[in-house]
Amino acid sequence: MNIVITIIGTDRVGIVAKVSAALAEHNINILDINQNILHGFFNMVMVADMSTASAPLKVLQEHFKALGESIGVDIKIQHEEIFKVMHRV
Amino acid sequence: MLLAKEIFETRQMIEDNKLDVRTITMGISLRACSHPDLKVFCQNIYDTITHAAQHLVRVGEDIEAEFGVPIINKRISVTPIAIVAESCRTDSYVPVAEAMERAAKELGINFIGGFSALVEKKATEGDLILIRSIPEALACTERVCASVNIGTTKAGINMDAVREMGLIVKRTAALTAQRDAIGCAKLVIFANAVEDNPFMAGAFHGVGEGTSTINVGVSGPGVVKHALESVRGQPFDEIAESIKRSAFKITRVGQLVAREAAKRLGVKMGIIDLSLAPTPAIGDSVAYILEEMGLEHCGAPGTTAALALLNDAVKKGGLMAAQHVGGLSGAFIPVSEDAGMIAAVECGSLTLEKLEAMTCVCSVGLDMIAIPGDTSAATISGIIADEAAIGMVNNKTTAVRLIPVPGKTVGDQVEFGGLLGHCPVMAVNRFSCHDFIARGGRIPAPLRSLTN
Repeated sequence: MNIVITIIGTDRVGIVAKVSAALAEHNINILDINQNILHGFFNMVMVADMSTASAPLKVLQEHFKALGESIGVDIKIQHEEIFKVMHRV
Repeated sequence: MLLAKEIFETRQMIEDNKLDVRTITMGISLRACSHPDLKVFCQNIYDTITHAAQHLVRVGEDIEAEFGVPIINKRISVTPIAIVAESCRTDSYVPVAEAMERAAKELGINFIGGFSALVEKKATEGDLILIRSIPEALACTERVCASVNIGTTKAGINMDAVREMGLIVKRTAALTAQRDAIGCAKLVIFANAVEDNPFMAGAFHGVGEGTSTINVGVSGPGVVKHALESVRGQPFDEIAESIKRSAFKITRVGQLVAREAAKRLGVKMGIIDLSLAPTPAIGDSVAYILEEMGLEHCGAPGTTAALALLNDAVKKGGLMAAQHVGGLSGAFIPVSEDAGMIAAVECGSLTLEKLEAMTCVCSVGLDMIAIPGDTSAATISGIIADEAAIGMVNNKTTAVRLIPVPGKTVGDQVEFGGLLGHCPVMAVNRFSCHDFIARGGRIPAPLRSLTN
């Protein structure tokens, strides 16, 4: 199962590093990363495979929410399917 | 591969434009519950409902968390009680409503629909007991919703029932007078009621349905409003296209949620209700969509045309996104539940008569409208008859949910709380229809050809 991680917030050093490290820690493989900075605002989308993840989605959502709060960004994890059904016929 | 733009668009729709799934409603058949002993019958329905829906709330919450889309309500509809309770030896179905309330409370759901009777042609003894039990049933419960179907395109309008329902609305208001007649907010009088509607207060599980089913109602007025902001000043062709695209996306989310819920609950998926259901929250208003098209306020000339376009485009956009479409499907225009409608009433732009015209082209009917407490039962019946006539002739569902608030008059504020919202009391035509309503009988079914 693939998940989509969206990160929004003020740009600073180490956001990608911290999120990537946390994903690796949970044995989640990153498939795609798209990042841009607009007017100092950090936007990042990651698609990741959590078929071998060490924790269920609910636990990950809570963990990454807390991680986001600690580095001043908003991190949301959702099942990839909601984006697919909405944007692909 | 998904584009970052698409992913952020979805996040914006959910977080900024208040896209949500309004309700997952589980329809449950109570046909196996009938019993001559009322106590046994009530226990049967309590057991059936609490067993069938035991995982409903948890599954709804799981889906909400996984997909990151709010699912506002998890609800239940049951077989019309008048049908399944008719074999009970009793003269009141209030204990049945209390059993429904207990089941709903046990399951943690906020509304259960189906305290209903279908009397479009004539009423049976069970129908009459149910109708006369409505005021007390709605006064002594919080979660139970009642509905009565008093007309169809094929049967005509049962004017005896119309007369009775005017009295029932008044009695319900009187019994809940201390709470601004909240009982009336849980009572819908239909013409052409549908059997798979997931929305309250008019949901019931039709007799043509299976043992249990999952119906889903989507929402998203804010998403449509936001989409229209990008086509300001452009012709209606562009507006229609923009609404269709938004409705498709909204409905696909509903389809995903319905499929997942049905799978996890081990129940067949029923229908998606292609609806735009407002809430009192700012930015979640159908009226604001109409105003975005160029109206100073909802109710201004052009409002009916704007609503007709909106309603049609929502259906066209949603149809392809859903496996099965049903329910009430269209834009709802409840006054107290829509910030834009409330503002339009307060500034004098929106009247009861304009709302009646709007119901010719929208999803349902005169919905959540507070009227003066001294409005007579006959006048309420007259409004019900007019609304039913619109539904009967136009082959569509129409409904009336009027709240005659005891002790309040035009301009006074009424507060229902939560999703039911608040609204000012609206003026009603002061001329009498007493002799018209006193006639009773049945208005014959209309001709279906020569339709000019």
